[in-house]
Amino acid sequence: MSRRVLPGLPLTLGITLLYVSIIVLLPLGALVFKAASLGFYDYWRIVSSPRAVASYRVTVLAALAATAFNLVFGFALAWVLVRYRFPGRRLLDAIVDLPFALPTAVAGIALTALFAPNGWFGMLLAPLGISVAYTITGIMVAMCFTSLPFIVRSVQPVLEDLDTALEEAAQTLGARDGTIFRQVMLPLLTPALLAGVSLAFARSLGEFGAIIFIAGNQPFETEITSLLVFIRLEEFDYPAAAAIASVMLIIAIVMLAVINILQARSLRYMARAR
Amino acid sequence: MRIRLASVVKTFNTFRAVRGVSLDIPSGELVALLGPSGSGKTTILRLVAGLEFVDSGEIYFNEENATDIPVRDRGVGFVFQNYALFPHMTVAENIGFGMKVSAVKRSRAQIQERVRELLGITQLDGLDERFPAQLSGGQRQRVALARALAVDPRVLLLDEPFGALDANVRHDLRRWLRGLHEELGITTLFVTHDQEEALDLADRVVILDKGHIIQDGTPEDVTRRPVSAFAMQFLGDVNKFGAIVTDGIAALEHGVTVAASGVRNGPAEVYVRPADLQWSAEAPGLPAHILRVMSRPGSRRIVARTDSGETVEIDVDQDHPAATGDAGYLRIARATVFAADR
Repeated sequence: MSRRVLPGLPLTLGITLLYVSIIVLLPLGALVFKAASLGFYDYWRIVSSPRAVASYRVTVLAALAATAFNLVFGFALAWVLVRYRFPGRRLLDAIVDLPFALPTAVAGIALTALFAPNGWFGMLLAPLGISVAYTITGIMVAMCFTSLPFIVRSVQPVLEDLDTALEEAAQTLGARDGTIFRQVMLPLLTPALLAGVSLAFARSLGEFGAIIFIAGNQPFETEITSLLVFIRLEEFDYPAAAAIASVMLIIAIVMLAVINILQARSLRYMARAR
Repeated sequence: MRIRLASVVKTFNTFRAVRGVSLDIPSGELVALLGPSGSGKTTILRLVAGLEFVDSGEIYFNEENATDIPVRDRGVGFVFQNYALFPHMTVAENIGFGMKVSAVKRSRAQIQERVRELLGITQLDGLDERFPAQLSGGQRQRVALARALAVDPRVLLLDEPFGALDANVRHDLRRWLRGLHEELGITTLFVTHDQEEALDLADRVVILDKGHIIQDGTPEDVTRRPVSAFAMQFLGDVNKFGAIVTDGIAALEHGVTVAASGVRNGPAEVYVRPADLQWSAEAPGLPAHILRVMSRPGSRRIVARTDSGETVEIDVDQDHPAATGDAGYLRIARATVFAADR
């Protein structure tokens, strides 16, 4: 066997498994254990309570909308950053990471100030009858803000590697621009887009800090699941908090599984090439 | 189809890639654009394809001015240097792509039939369900060619078609491509920096340097009658000697002379191919001693240094007894003389 740069496999495997167990699996296990302590009837009563169901609806809908928006906008942003050279490109590239770096609560307060009826954006939108702050739209805006980098950073490197000769080849074969985009570029970018979508959606589902400032947090209206879990914790109702959190866990796992399957399908040509 | 370029100029930012190139390629001819990197050869190919547009000048396809026709309507087949096969499509899908997206509607059966035919022509039978990543370099090259031929191009353009292949695969493909060209008769333009490839394959060789055409002629013209020192040097190994021309005779050192009719009087450069130099143990000739002897499949190459300090290469018969350290004389059997740059 050839010499490896990093130390032996058994050691690294052991350390990483231990790490994953302590940092990831243990808390999740505790969550499931706590939720299971309720018994099926109580568990069902808590997770299917109208307030909880309303919070799932708000969270998932807003996350879907934010992810769809970022899919288009993030892709466009990645496209611009990769394919065009313009003054300030480096700066724009750096700004994309800002939502990662900024404490989410700061982002939430800033967005609230902007979109409040007397804020800069809110003032312009109010005459049009659009209110963003303290509505589900506000939740969506906050989710868009915090999850934007995921799509951009997933697509950017793949787009950079995409050989422009492929587009030129399709052109010489007589294809129109729309056809080239749909049949040549999109299939090659799909795995990266899906990876970005799954990360952005997961981040939106779990977002807390940025949202609670802009959402208004009216139960049944603008209360996200993370907040409901937090409220239950404040009330020392740990089993209920765990039960509601477990629903989010299930949604996240299902979503990741679906996206993994889609990704595997879109990478079929690479699997068969091996 | 006949292709004609009239005073074509193309500049990228400040780099003048093509500086007034005029070229006339009769229908059915196989032409090589030969030059070092930066000579503008690939740019010319891309201009003909419509992947770039000229700054000034015109490009004609037959009598039609094609200068502003967009690439998708030009009807050219282009084979890219790295083939640019669609990695997510099978060989058959790659070849059928042009027919599928064409404005000319074809039925599935028609497309399949044509794909099968092209797989046969390019000797790729049975590989239709493979993906490009599962093919060898030579196979990919042929898929790229089949894909370009599928749209019945009026002209075939190949960018360094054999650049990424092993030497022996290259040799076979070259001969195969020549045969295919004779069979199909499509006007073909290809770009290469390999003089051997250009001479082997093309009816006509266009030598380019710094965006200008240096020489345009048959392989025989350019090899036997190079018009400049650049053409001479680019087409193969060459030795260079300083000389003074007086009334059609170039005088080198040690009383050696070569004919130089038509060269103006004054300082000149004498170019001699390694095979046109002879090694002799006795005078007359340019005194020299052997530094190294290299074996080639059918010959030996002597690297020698003249007494005036110049290193020269000489090709001799494989049975020639020359050995490192030998002293002897160089005789010039055939030479080309150009007046030295003022």
